[in-house]
Amino acid sequence: MGLTMQYKATILANAEMSPGYFRMRLRVPDLAAGSAPGQFLMIRVRDAIDPLLRRPFGIFDIHEAESEYAESGRQTCLEILYKIVGKGTRHMATLHHGDHLDILAPLGKGFSTGSGAGENILVGGGIGIAPLYFLARELVEKGKVRLFTGGRSRDDILCVTEFERLGVETYVATDDGTLGERGLVTEALERYLAETRGVGSIFACGPFPMLKAVAQIAEKNGTLCQVSLEAYMACGVGACLGCVVKGRNHSDENPDYRCVCKDGPVFDSRELLWD
Amino acid sequence: MTKPNLSVDIAGIRLRNPVMAASGTFGYGQEFAEYFDLESIGAIITKGLSLKPKAGNRTPRIVETPGGMLNAIGLQNVGLEAFISEKIPYFRTMKTPVIVNVYGNSPEEYAELAERLDKIPEVAGLEVNISCPNVRQGGIVFGTDPRAAFEVVELVRDATIKPVIVKLSPNVTDIVEMARACVEAGADALSLINTLTGMAVDLGKRRPVLANVTGGLSGPAIKPVALRMVWQVAKAVTVPVIGIGGICSANDALEFIVAGATAVQVGTASFLDPTATRNIARGMESYLAENGIAGIGEMIGSLEV
Repeated sequence: MGLTMQYKATILANAEMSPGYFRMRLRVPDLAAGSAPGQFLMIRVRDAIDPLLRRPFGIFDIHEAESEYAESGRQTCLEILYKIVGKGTRHMATLHHGDHLDILAPLGKGFSTGSGAGENILVGGGIGIAPLYFLARELVEKGKVRLFTGGRSRDDILCVTEFERLGVETYVATDDGTLGERGLVTEALERYLAETRGVGSIFACGPFPMLKAVAQIAEKNGTLCQVSLEAYMACGVGACLGCVVKGRNHSDENPDYRCVCKDGPVFDSRELLWD
Repeated sequence: MTKPNLSVDIAGIRLRNPVMAASGTFGYGQEFAEYFDLESIGAIITKGLSLKPKAGNRTPRIVETPGGMLNAIGLQNVGLEAFISEKIPYFRTMKTPVIVNVYGNSPEEYAELAERLDKIPEVAGLEVNISCPNVRQGGIVFGTDPRAAFEVVELVRDATIKPVIVKLSPNVTDIVEMARACVEAGADALSLINTLTGMAVDLGKRRPVLANVTGGLSGPAIKPVALRMVWQVAKAVTVPVIGIGGICSANDALEFIVAGATAVQVGTASFLDPTATRNIARGMESYLAENGIAGIGEMIGSLEV
């Protein structure tokens, strides 16, 4: 994983994909291409004291593109997905091509893909699908990849076409049945694992209850599983201890707290205390 | 013109410049070493240390507020033994003074910590956090009662010859009274302010945002309160005063210096920009150079009222 840098990125595109969900493409220094799937950015949305803190976003994709201006003729582009949930993201939605963002990245521990043997399964919930795309691009080079993606309704199902273009077999479920099958994506995952051999690892990203369910399903099936957590963050670098999650051995007498920003955001599902 | 002299002395600790990284915002130093050369700031104050490891509060522990943030981390730390075995070795590699922030549930715990740390050469000094409850006396915060604060500081003073800085809580009626009590008990310097007690409400859930209900407010929002208290205390005591509270720029830092501070601590600003402490130090040097000021000493307490 690359060295963390602080840099000014230029916004190339910032579009609403689905009500309340945006996709932003940024021009970043070429060194940023050293980021790994599962790592994230801390973005300062304004050069002001309000909103004060940086906001964390998983890396959706990094790719090279043509550049009219760069000497090499190429530029590195980084993409994120975000949902409007508060002051910071509300402001981001107003930014345009040509605006700049102060970025601290890459941060955190990303996914371990190992040899990638067997069929790799991705499980995404809502905006959690973002880092799974960057991961999928790497996993499809190693073998078969299948995606289970869920959300409340069709508006919460993002970028399925992008995954399908990579050759990822995609299953969609929505709570209200407005897209794909009606139900929970974790139920579909459980059914699939029960009837399938040769599954490699599960990689999941989404709401905590979804991750908990996936972790339990993985344990029951004896399948390796990595989860990427989300947390409210202040520093993003492991100094303030604001974003902690309980490790497997945690108790009040013997605390075992992990920083989602530094020890994660990706964890082996067996490392955490799922209570 | 020669480079301006930014060095200051706090109770015998020589700082190359007046900028210190505040406790709880900089880990144990190592966390920020990859972002800038730690030798470019005056000192580092480590995360609050207690005798036994402390788990800290349940989450949510932090929430942003207009121009600030609330934190209720709960003083999570590795405890003295792990601190000595895991963190001290790194201090040996550093050329920037490391000051250890300490707290206890009782005056005796403070004293024991001071006694143990007194023997460690890598520790440049102690910063005593008195903004915690005295568990033995019904949970009254040491830093809100001059007699309780006096007792703690006196015991720490007797337990160590290292420089003792006492960090004052602003959640008091009379900060000058608190300051005087600590100095009388033997404090070599005072640092203020710690965070202001506040809270946030989640309207949709009808619940407090923080699991701990209340938390400490920090960031630009508290600067006016901090400046006022630094000014009041600096006028009332003769020991060096270290100013803390919402410092995000060199100008902010210099305002505290003018108000009477000998040095400053930068905390929340490091979350906005990991290189904030270094940038502020550089900015202070530029300001002095641009204004033909030979040394920071000329500015300390130069406020005309």
